[in-house]
Amino acid sequence: MSAPNTVVPPPAPEISAAAAFPEGAQGHHELPAFPSGFDAQADELVTHYPVSKRSASLPLLHLWQETFGYISPAGIEWIAGKLELQPINILELVTFYPMFREHPIGRIQIKVCRTLSCALAGSYALCDHFQKKCGTAEPDAHGIATSPDKKYSVEFVECIASCGTAPVIMIDDDFHENVTTARADELLAKYTA
Amino acid sequence: MPIAERRLIFKNIDAEGYGIDIDCYIKHGGYEDLKKALTMAPADIVAEVKTSQLRGRGGAGFSCGMKWGFIDPKKNTKPVYLICNADESEPGTFKDKQIIYKDPHQLLEGMIIACFANNVHLAYIYIRGEFTLGAKILEKAIQEAKAKNFLGKGVGGTGYELEIYIHRGAGAYICGEETGLIESLEGKRAYPRIKPPYFPAVLGLYMCPTIVNNVETLCNIKHIVAMGGAAFAKIGKPNNTGTRLLCVSGDVEKPGYYEFEVGALTLGELLNDVCGGIKGGRKLKAIIPGGSSAKVLKAGERYKIKAKKADGTMEEKEIGLEDIPMDFDTLAAVGSMAGSGGIIVMDETRDMVECLGNINTFYAHESCGQCTPCREGSLWMKKITDRLVSGEGQVNDTALLKNVADNIAGRTICAFGEACAWPVQSFVTKFKDEFDSHARRKTEAAEKASTEGAAKKLEAV
Repeated sequence: MSAPNTVVPPPAPEISAAAAFPEGAQGHHELPAFPSGFDAQADELVTHYPVSKRSASLPLLHLWQETFGYISPAGIEWIAGKLELQPINILELVTFYPMFREHPIGRIQIKVCRTLSCALAGSYALCDHFQKKCGTAEPDAHGIATSPDKKYSVEFVECIASCGTAPVIMIDDDFHENVTTARADELLAKYTA
Repeated sequence: MPIAERRLIFKNIDAEGYGIDIDCYIKHGGYEDLKKALTMAPADIVAEVKTSQLRGRGGAGFSCGMKWGFIDPKKNTKPVYLICNADESEPGTFKDKQIIYKDPHQLLEGMIIACFANNVHLAYIYIRGEFTLGAKILEKAIQEAKAKNFLGKGVGGTGYELEIYIHRGAGAYICGEETGLIESLEGKRAYPRIKPPYFPAVLGLYMCPTIVNNVETLCNIKHIVAMGGAAFAKIGKPNNTGTRLLCVSGDVEKPGYYEFEVGALTLGELLNDVCGGIKGGRKLKAIIPGGSSAKVLKAGERYKIKAKKADGTMEEKEIGLEDIPMDFDTLAAVGSMAGSGGIIVMDETRDMVECLGNINTFYAHESCGQCTPCREGSLWMKKITDRLVSGEGQVNDTALLKNVADNIAGRTICAFGEACAWPVQSFVTKFKDEFDSHARRKTEAAEKASTEGAAKKLEAV
């Protein structure tokens, strides 16, 4: 017999993964399947830093992002584990360094240089042109505009050290110099093909 | 007649058939200077570098020999590390990229010699994250150099051991600041360290003595060993020795990278003879001579500088903008700096408020956020120029901008404070009318509307 003044707590609401990650990031915390050699590659990178494993944080973040497209909580936990650090030591790098991102973006990543020499050569109009051509939605909090079909992401980046051939863009890892709007269309066709 | 380039570092990069593989490099005399260096005593190499009067090419122009000399091999008991700063991110600068992408072994050779001279056994090349291909090129170059015994155990058949690894940054400008770079290499946020006590030569990477040198500086080491410090010191001018890689961008007919003896040509010759003049035959308005942090120079300005006469005595003389020789000391004397060698040219059609707004946006984005004056001030300066550009300025904005900038410089842990304050201080002072006119725009429009409104009311009565 229960005491009359016992308060029975209401049942806790069930939180599904879908509700916790409304943007479709279910499985965010689960380790993805590693391509063969991934672990060995990570271990090899750690050997570059015989004095302190922690130095391998940035290389492992690059490796993770290049393999899986973005840095998930699972990635942060895995890297922290590998380097015997706390996850916060890795998360604080992801939020500090502009190249790392916590969410997936478009398959083709277009970076347009925004800084002075490129701006003088028309990079603002060029960035607009790319966003229109790729049909990107409003930029996110980090300025990355992604098309609804997740095919393209367009963003402004700061000086990428090719000012003599402005305006300069990067598509994925490739530099393209003296990019006119006509050249932009050619490049888009090439990367889409 | 344009002044001829003196290509020491860029000697081969654009030569037909010159490739990035080690065989091509060796065919062009590569690694001979390393072999020579290995026969010398490390202290003698350091002495040659001191004799050469080489100044760092990253931005500050600090004496390389002195930097190396801070570490006393007789007293030091810790390992010494060397880091090549290949984080080239100063707006307007693209010289190191040419070396990394087109002549990687020249950098490696210079770096190996510098490591040998300073008894370094572990070194890193900190390369900016966007140079993905550059990092791959350097990785391959390291493997090739290892295969030929120029790196690894027993460098060049001697007992000297050296490992060099590539470390990629991830898009943060502050990593170019040497103590920020060291923090980043330790796997942390790139928050610059306070000096004292954290001088890299004393408490650098892993709290050990560390040398951080720019890509171009390290390439110069190879040439100093090749020709000897005294011969190197004859190139250029006293205290401004060697060659300089100049990167020209903006409103000129022929932007690009060039290499000249330091001070061999004037700013006017560089613009008009080398770069074919201002684009479209327009007139020059302003020029940033050493990366976006350097104070702007205005067309038509006159400067009083002290110069050495032929008989060795000093005289004060007045020169114009176009007469400025492109060397460290004169650019400092006219109130700017040679910096990183990035020259950005703006023609008469450019709105200086917009140009400064662009620069302010850069610094607001790149402040690491550690020191309050810089974190807040860089953002305020961006917000003020943004509202000036969009016509929403307030009448005292010119003075406010200057005031914010004056309260950043000298009040931060690292030189980023100066880097973001100097453009504002110089633009606002030199182009005050333009800033004032933007600042008045909103008030004038409101006054006009109100006068017209009053007139209409009167008419109605």
